[in-house]
Amino acid sequence: MSWLKARSMLGSTIKFLGTALMLVTALHTATSLKVSRQHPGVLLADTLSQPVHYGFGRPATAAEIAALDIDVRPDGTGLPKGEGNAMEGKAIYIQKCAACHGATGTDGPNDRLVVGDTTKGGGRKIKAIGNYWPYATTVFDYIRRAMPFNQPGSLTDDEVYSLTAYLLNANGLLPVDTKLNAKNLPKIKMPARDKFIPDDRKDGPEIR
Amino acid sequence: MQLPDDKKDIITTSKISRRSLLAGAAAASIVLVQTASGKAFQAALTASELAADDPTKVPGVPPGTLGTRSPFEKPVKTPSDTSSRTPLQDLHGMITPSDLHYERHHGGVPSIDPAKYELVIHGMVDKPMIFTLADLKRFPSVSRIAFLECSGNYRGSNDGKIKPQEICGLTSQSEWTGVALSTLFREVGVNPKASWFLAEGMDAAVMTRSVPVHKGWDDAIIAYAQNGEAIRPEQGYPARLFLPGWEGNANVKWLRRIELADEPFMTREETSKYTEAVGGGKIRQFSFTMDARSIITYPSYPAKVEKGWIEIRGIAWSGRGKVTRVEVSTDAGKTWQQAALQQPVLDKAIITFRYLWNWEGNPTEIMSRAVDETGYVQPFLKQLLAARGGNMGYHFNPVTAWYLQKDGLVSFKAT
Repeated sequence: MSWLKARSMLGSTIKFLGTALMLVTALHTATSLKVSRQHPGVLLADTLSQPVHYGFGRPATAAEIAALDIDVRPDGTGLPKGEGNAMEGKAIYIQKCAACHGATGTDGPNDRLVVGDTTKGGGRKIKAIGNYWPYATTVFDYIRRAMPFNQPGSLTDDEVYSLTAYLLNANGLLPVDTKLNAKNLPKIKMPARDKFIPDDRKDGPEIR
Repeated sequence: MQLPDDKKDIITTSKISRRSLLAGAAAASIVLVQTASGKAFQAALTASELAADDPTKVPGVPPGTLGTRSPFEKPVKTPSDTSSRTPLQDLHGMITPSDLHYERHHGGVPSIDPAKYELVIHGMVDKPMIFTLADLKRFPSVSRIAFLECSGNYRGSNDGKIKPQEICGLTSQSEWTGVALSTLFREVGVNPKASWFLAEGMDAAVMTRSVPVHKGWDDAIIAYAQNGEAIRPEQGYPARLFLPGWEGNANVKWLRRIELADEPFMTREETSKYTEAVGGGKIRQFSFTMDARSIITYPSYPAKVEKGWIEIRGIAWSGRGKVTRVEVSTDAGKTWQQAALQQPVLDKAIITFRYLWNWEGNPTEIMSRAVDETGYVQPFLKQLLAARGGNMGYHFNPVTAWYLQKDGLVSFKAT
C-alpha cells in the first residue's frame, strides 16, 4: 500500500534526524540549535543537547519480552501454535460470549459481531466483523487479549482459534469444518479490507 | 503530616466548643477528622452542617493535610459504562481539576503497584530494555500543558436540553510531566527502518494502538505526573503515553510495552473502532490529529440569563497547533466578532475566550468558531456532514449554537 510506504519514508526521514541528533550531541549547542529549528518537535528540540545514553534501565531478556509480546500482526506474525474450528468455537461462544453479544452475534446487547440480516439493527451503521473489520488476525488478537470481558486473558490459544473460526464462519468467511491455525488465518481476505484509507486530511484549511 | 499532641487537643476542644455553642447548627464548613494513623485532614461537612451566620465570630479550621472543595461546590463527572464526562459548564480557566478530567477506558481502571511497574521497549531497536518507574523519573523531565480529547466527542439533542458536558465533555486539560519518548528512543537505539510502534496498556483490555514513529521523535511524552502530582489511576497511573494534539485513544494508559516495527499492527481500536466513514464507501483510518474546535460554556444549557451585559465565555482548542482566533456570533451566524483570548495561548492546548455582549432580550442564537494556525476554521455540522458523505462518527467538531429564548432560558441548537 502506497500510503504505508509514505509513512515508512517519513520514518526514515525521522531516523535521519535521529542520526543527526547523535551528531549534534557530539558537536554541542551551536549545531543543535540549527537542527532543532528544522524540526517541528518541541520536545525533540528540548532534548537535542542531551546525552544519547544515560544507562538507566536494564536490558530486557528474550524471556521477559516473550511473556508480554502477545500481539498478532496482519501477516500472522505473533500467531501461536494451536487450532480450532467453528463447531468447537460455537460451544465456547454460547457459554462465554452470548450473554453480551447475543445468541447469534447480531443481537447484543454489546457489540454486533456478525453481519447477519442487515435490514435489522442499524442498517448501514452495522460494524460487524464481516463487513467492517479489515483483518482476520485482529479478531484473534483482540479475543486473546481482552475477552471475555469478565475473564480477560482466560482462554487457551486453541479456544481463541475456535472462537475466531466460529465468528468468521458466522460471517460467511470460513467453512464450518476448517481448522483455523497460524497458517490459514492471515490468508483470509476480509470484505472490508479495501474500504480503509489512511487519514486524508492535510492539516490545512480544508474541511474533511 | 503528624500533628503534635498538644495541637490535637486544641483542635478537639475548638471543635467541641464550636458545636456546643451553636447547639447543633455547626459553624464551620470544614472539620478535622482524626484517622487511625493520627493524621488530620479536612473533610467536607454535609449541607445541613454548613456555614456560620457570621464566620468572623468563630475560629476557623486549622491547617490540614489535604485540601477539599467547598461543600457548596459539587461539580461532578457524568459516568457511563465506559466513559465519564468533564462538567465543562461548571469550570473556569484552562486547567481541568484532575478529579474532573474525563475518563474513557476499555476494561476498567486497573490497580497497579508502582514498585512493580515496568515499561519494556523492544522490537526494531538496538537494545531491548526495561524501565522501572524510578528509571523513568531519573531521565530528564519535560512538562507540557495540553488537552486530551476522545475522538468520539460529539452529541446532539432534539429537545435542546443538553449541557456542554454531554455535547463534548470528553475533553480536558492538564499539565503533563514525564520523560520525552525521544529520550527513551535514543536510549534503546531505534532502528532507522522502524516506522510505527505499538503501545500496549496493562489494563484488562491490554489495550493497544499503533503510532507512527515520527510522533515518538516529535513530541510524545511518557507521562507519570498530572497537574503536579502522580497521574490519577483513571488517567493511567503510574505512567501513560501522551501524544499532544492526537486522539485520546492513542494516548495509551497504564503503558507496559512499546514495540517498534515497520508497519502498523492493525489492532481492534484502529480498525473496528476509531475509524470513520467518509463517504464513497470509504473508511478513514489513523486519523490522529484533533481538528480545531470551540464551545461556549456560558451561557449554555441549563443556564437562564437576564437581559443586559453578558460575558460570553468558552473554550477553544486545536490538535494542529495554536488557536489563533475565536469568533463569536450573537445573531445566529449572520455576523461574527472576534473574541478576546486569555493568555497564554499554548500549542495544542485548550484556551479560554470571552466576548462581552449586551443582550436586549430578543430571542437569538449565539455560537463560536475556532480558527487555528493552519487556517482551519471550525465547520458547521452541515459542512462536516457534506464533507463525509452524510456520515457522523469520530472526529466530529461542529460549531455549537445556543438558543436564547425571550425569558432567558438557554438550549442547544445544532448547526
